Amino acid sequence: MTMQNVGRPTRPEGAGETSGFASLTGGRGLLQDEPLIFELGGWSKTGVDLPPAEEPSDLAGLTRESLPLPGLSEPETMRHYVRLSQKNHAIDLALYPLGSCTMKHNPRLNEKAARMAGFADLHPLAPLATTQGALELMDRLAHWLKTLTGMPAVALTPKAGAHGELCGLLCIKAAHEAAGQAHRRTVLVPTSAHGTNPATAAFVGYSVQEIAQTEDGRVDLADLEAKLGPDVAAIMVTNPNTCGLFERDVIEIARITHAHGAYFYCDGANFNAIVGRVRPGDLGVDAMHINLHKTFSTPHGGGGPGAGPVVLSAALAPFAPAPWVVHGPDGLTLVEEAADDAAQAFGRMSAFQGQMGMFVRAYAYMRSHGADGLRQVAEDAVLNANYIKARLSDVMTPAFPDGPCMHEALFDDAWLEGTGVTTLDFAKAMIDEGFHPMTMYFPLVVHGAMLIEPTETESKRELDRFCDALRALAAAAKLGDVDRFKGAPHLAPLRRLDETLAARKPKLTWKPEAEFA
Amino acid sequence: MRYLPLTPDDRAAMLAVIGAPDIDALFADVPAAARLSGPVDLALHAGELEVERELAALSAMSRPAGAGPFFCGAGAYKHHVPATVDHVIQRSEFLTSYTPYQPEIAQGTLQVLFEFQTQVAALTGLDVANASMYDGSTACAEAVMMAKRVTRREKAILSGGLHPHYAATTQTIAHAEGMQIVRQAAAIDAEAAVIDAIDDQTACVVVQTPNVFGVVTDVSKIAEAAHAKGALLIVVTTEAVSFGLLKSPGEMGADIAVAEGQSIGNALNYGGPYVGLFAVREKLVRNMPGRLCGETVDADGRRGYVLTLSTREQHIRREKATSNICTNSGLCALAFTIHMTLLGGTGLTQLAKINHAKARELKAAVEGAGLEVLTPRFFNEIAVRVKGSAARLVDDLLAHGIVAGVPYSRLDPHAGLDDVLLLCATETTTSDDIAALAAALKAA
Repeated sequence: MTMQNVGRPTRPEGAGETSGFASLTGGRGLLQDEPLIFELGGWSKTGVDLPPAEEPSDLAGLTRESLPLPGLSEPETMRHYVRLSQKNHAIDLALYPLGSCTMKHNPRLNEKAARMAGFADLHPLAPLATTQGALELMDRLAHWLKTLTGMPAVALTPKAGAHGELCGLLCIKAAHEAAGQAHRRTVLVPTSAHGTNPATAAFVGYSVQEIAQTEDGRVDLADLEAKLGPDVAAIMVTNPNTCGLFERDVIEIARITHAHGAYFYCDGANFNAIVGRVRPGDLGVDAMHINLHKTFSTPHGGGGPGAGPVVLSAALAPFAPAPWVVHGPDGLTLVEEAADDAAQAFGRMSAFQGQMGMFVRAYAYMRSHGADGLRQVAEDAVLNANYIKARLSDVMTPAFPDGPCMHEALFDDAWLEGTGVTTLDFAKAMIDEGFHPMTMYFPLVVHGAMLIEPTETESKRELDRFCDALRALAAAAKLGDVDRFKGAPHLAPLRRLDETLAARKPKLTWKPEAEFA
Repeated sequence: MRYLPLTPDDRAAMLAVIGAPDIDALFADVPAAARLSGPVDLALHAGELEVERELAALSAMSRPAGAGPFFCGAGAYKHHVPATVDHVIQRSEFLTSYTPYQPEIAQGTLQVLFEFQTQVAALTGLDVANASMYDGSTACAEAVMMAKRVTRREKAILSGGLHPHYAATTQTIAHAEGMQIVRQAAAIDAEAAVIDAIDDQTACVVVQTPNVFGVVTDVSKIAEAAHAKGALLIVVTTEAVSFGLLKSPGEMGADIAVAEGQSIGNALNYGGPYVGLFAVREKLVRNMPGRLCGETVDADGRRGYVLTLSTREQHIRREKATSNICTNSGLCALAFTIHMTLLGGTGLTQLAKINHAKARELKAAVEGAGLEVLTPRFFNEIAVRVKGSAARLVDDLLAHGIVAGVPYSRLDPHAGLDDVLLLCATETTTSDDIAALAAALKAA
């Protein structure tokens, strides 16, 4: 069928101005307000067809009286969640330059592979004879991670970066205890570190001391050496660091740390900048987590799941947590207990073998890139960040103008001084231009920080579009177009939200109106 | 390479803008001794077809749960997940978005989290739930550490019915923070034994229902005993479908409920990713770990959602945070929420009744085969005493194409329960599956 055009205007003549326009129902075209399921659903409705079942006569006194949760039919469910999805920014829509987060393209081959029955429909406690393919994949993944990092061992089970940090520090703690060094209970962390570093140290009962930073954004070696004492268990250093810079003195950092009897934990959140070009094992690192959801492109899923395998030096390897894969006479098997050869294993990080679904995706990604492609990943990630830095340095102020950056370009807010526009305002205005804001106000050592990580999966065209938008915004800020920024975002599904109200009167679940009255 | 958009010409043009002679100049800060001159010793890049072939071959080396009669539970459960769930979680806007730190362009994720929190609170019978933990076992460990913060006491008592891997995880993590963990001996109906162990130093008691042997317990008396001594009751549930039928932890007096949410919306995945559920009484909210989503309004007064109470969290509080958790199980929580929305309370209750009925059918068949069923009150799992080694029996039945459950010794080889076999039935278990198991048990 073709559309009947006779008598129907085909040009938008007389459409007029849209500002100030309001629809009759409050609707906004494709951006409809969508109620909560608790306001939509039927309290006895269901979107699944199940056969009848007998009443549980043998559970007298143990059953619940009611379960007040609404259901929706299948078409209503689909529409509800698809409508909600349209209120999200996503890497598949545009650049998502969150520094420290490595928001890169997520290949769909990886999704397809993770859903293969031999991975997805595999029970964690099924007989090992029936799970050889999964164990083989874990073994291959471990080989790739060890080879890329130049480290002799890897603990695959940690479920995210912070869980990996915990795993690494528990290995370090166990190693010190085994060596009669249990009195070492201080962890040194640079001021610029991710919040998870000090939080993890506190989680294992360590106290945290900060290491100063030099003018050029690196660890202050003299301050580090002064603080390294007989009480220090470990240092936790991110490399490349959170300022987007490579720690030039990293080998010396490792040397003096070891000379003082402490271990070097490296936060591997920024491994994407050096994968295939630098092996952390060659730098003297003792433990490093690898965020598979960053460097190896498993999707971030709106907050998780991630996976945080930890590579370990020979000194720490005996303390790695169960379970892990070993080659046995009848094929691959799992070491599940701290006994025999594994007697020094410090315990268990979670119930099962780790994030298998993420292992499959990460392995598919590594195999696709290969050793050569992964090296190109690091090079293009660093090239893209330096390109952004070069294109914006005359209108914004780079925090560390001298020398190249790694995979992130860091700016401070000096250039906004006197404009009345803050880093937050600038970030929100980026939303109106179609981009996700960069990481802001982190690292803490840079005033009004704007940390831009483009990743290697952006084209030059998209980078130019991004830089052009930021240049235009910078010009607007300097010309005094303050309302553009203070009111931003103007074009998002919602405008700025009242976070103070949310925290002061927390409403964390839906309740019928009457209960709030 | 198909994932890299830059062409050689692009790279040359960009280096010119930067003013760098070559790519190596951008890596100048790397010490010369640590620069690799070429690719590491791993396979080179491969096309989509090649990679898919390799992974399909690996997948084919394993036997999926759906390939035949299958009776494993013990912390992970084979359930049917509606096709809608997997379709929606693969939408770009959910799959490829980050943690919702910019709420104006993340309302989709945030509203889902608000719905998730409300569903979890209702299922557990508590006031508030967070936006998810990694899985049930780490949620359990976090709950124990939270009890230390709340009570300022350091002793935790773990029931002998708690899943051994949950106990080991909790012991590993909470012990590191200086807590004293008392693990009671494994026993089929272990819950009441915790009451005698509660004293004035006890921060919390941890009990699981249905427990690892499948036993369903009304923990109200344990709650009373714990509260009388100023301790918290933490209730663990590994089979979330049981919430559809059984008394909720909150109804029985739990202060904190943690659960594995995998059963609703998520595949078995060989152990992960899963989704940890974490719910508490209102007064404990500020001691919770993890992200919380809350309702608020935007500048125009329109309803919206944000991450809130983040002064508990590591990115604000650093070493004073309630936990180090950052990334959680967002997409698995979305799957949970969509499946739960399709089910509704009515559907989940019906699903739970079907699971229970299948387990009754399983119990009768196993007893008919001459085995002793040890679990007095169960939901969809039972523990069975076999002649000799349960592990050997599982091996023997595998030769007949039947995956006959989890030997308890797989979870804890030191408990002296080598003759205990854990069996599970769900809505995916057919009467033919059960008949095949019974016939093989008789023959064994």
